[in-house]
Amino acid sequence: MNARPRRRRRVATLRATGRALWRSRTGRLGLILTGLLVLAALVSAFWTPYDPTLVDPVQQWLLPLSGGHLLGTDNLGRDELSQLLAGAGTTLEVALLATAIATVVGLALALAAAATPRWAGSPVERLIDVLVAFPVLLIAIILAAVYGGSTWTAVTAIGLGSGVAVARVARAEITRVLGTDYVVAAHVAGSGTGRTIRRHVLPNILPTLIVQLSLVMAVAVLAEAGLSYLGFGTQPPTVSWGRMLQEQQNYIAIRPLLVIWPGIAVALAVLGFNLLGDGLREATDPRLRGSAAVEAAVEAEQ
Amino acid sequence: MTLLEVAGLTVRIGGRTVVDGVDLDLDTGGRLGLIGASGSGKSLTALAVIGLLPDAAEAAGSIRLDGEELLGRSDRALSRLRGDRLAMVFQEPLTALNPLMRIGRQLSEPARLHDGLSRRRAAARAVELAAMVGLPDPERVVNSWPHQLSGGQRQRVGLAMALACRPALLIADEPTTALDVTVQADMLRLIDDLVVQQGTALLFISHDLAVVSQICRDGAVLNHGRVVERGPLDAILRAPSGPYTRELLAAARATSWDATPDPDEVAT
Repeated sequence: MNARPRRRRRVATLRATGRALWRSRTGRLGLILTGLLVLAALVSAFWTPYDPTLVDPVQQWLLPLSGGHLLGTDNLGRDELSQLLAGAGTTLEVALLATAIATVVGLALALAAAATPRWAGSPVERLIDVLVAFPVLLIAIILAAVYGGSTWTAVTAIGLGSGVAVARVARAEITRVLGTDYVVAAHVAGSGTGRTIRRHVLPNILPTLIVQLSLVMAVAVLAEAGLSYLGFGTQPPTVSWGRMLQEQQNYIAIRPLLVIWPGIAVALAVLGFNLLGDGLREATDPRLRGSAAVEAAVEAEQ
Repeated sequence: MTLLEVAGLTVRIGGRTVVDGVDLDLDTGGRLGLIGASGSGKSLTALAVIGLLPDAAEAAGSIRLDGEELLGRSDRALSRLRGDRLAMVFQEPLTALNPLMRIGRQLSEPARLHDGLSRRRAAARAVELAAMVGLPDPERVVNSWPHQLSGGQRQRVGLAMALACRPALLIADEPTTALDVTVQADMLRLIDDLVVQQGTALLFISHDLAVVSQICRDGAVLNHGRVVERGPLDAILRAPSGPYTRELLAAARATSWDATPDPDEVAT
């Protein structure tokens, strides 16, 4: 089989996954919500109605739909909608970078614990158990104390903290897959450790890993907001939903909407990533691909 | 010519001796049935031959293939032999295939590993292998997923993978136990044919004397890790010498064809 049909088949598999994702209600809602987040982030990179950091004392406390401000302005006269859009960019950036770190750290730890001889694996396993006890917040505080609070502090803290959580799940999955007959069969066929891990272990832990990573994304959104709220994360003038909450909380009695908007944004982003993860898990596993699998089984019977 | 020579094989796991001084000989192209109840050490003997004993197990004695000692070789050295000279068919066809890999790629994996086939040649080889084990419509089967095949079809895929590089020795560990009876007979016939065709020696492991006697002329009965009886199977079947073999036979009869219990044996 030459390269072209292979590529076409891979595209076909991707398309089937996408279709399956869209068919499930969970996956569709997740796709829409994350799609909105990505769209907001992309748009904010090039255009926002106003400069989200522009302080304008004359335009203070504007109500929604007044003075050309769709969602009004805050105590410093900054445009609320522009801040929300810019905050989406910050959120997505932190979530993606933190998840990337978590994936690398998590898989490296998990492989070191599960796919090595016992004398090497056991200590790593213990290390993971100990690290799980460290809350993300503590790592962030330590990092912030040394390097000062910044977006990077948040990214590193969330990435490392979630990486350990990923490692725990991935280690259990790798151990399970390493014990299956098809891995033994690959071993018997003469496949080396590296090849077996690439071809058999990683693809089979992928569905679980995707769910876990989407959870990490959700946790990262939440943690970024939390850390920024506490001042360990994103610093002014960069806009962050967490800092919007923190800055406006004093005025919640006067302008509750200014606190509610970023709150809703965080909640929807978290929900979106969670739903997307669930949908992806169902869509990537050929056994769970719903009606397609049934059709194929019927076909096999004939 | 002797292909496989197992002498005084002893396997200990956690201080318990599970295989105790087993001797086996198998000629090139020959066949041997290894019979025993679960826990008799027959599967561990096979795993020792193919070098897949669990980490906790210690093996002593000698296992020679073509006169070369296998015991104590590194995993890397063994993996060059596995799939190429030594191959194995597993008991459970439902779990022996990677659920996320199409049949064709799994079929051609040993050939790609040992014969260095290109992707294109490997794909063609996969179709040949599927046809060899009598899978219907091999062109289509290689593009399907494992869950789309029946248990018998998956076991055929397992057999094709094992025989992909024309191994000198095939170890079949209860290859028909998980299949239903009608498929069992087909599977045995297929193993029989292919092994003759390829000149492969067969080490057939089963708890079922009847199944083993269909495919092997000679056998060895294992109990508690020891060979308690060996020789031509029809002799063993007709006149079992040891008490253990007699028990095995009686148990097989009781479960397979004698549904109504002997009046003398009904508990009162």
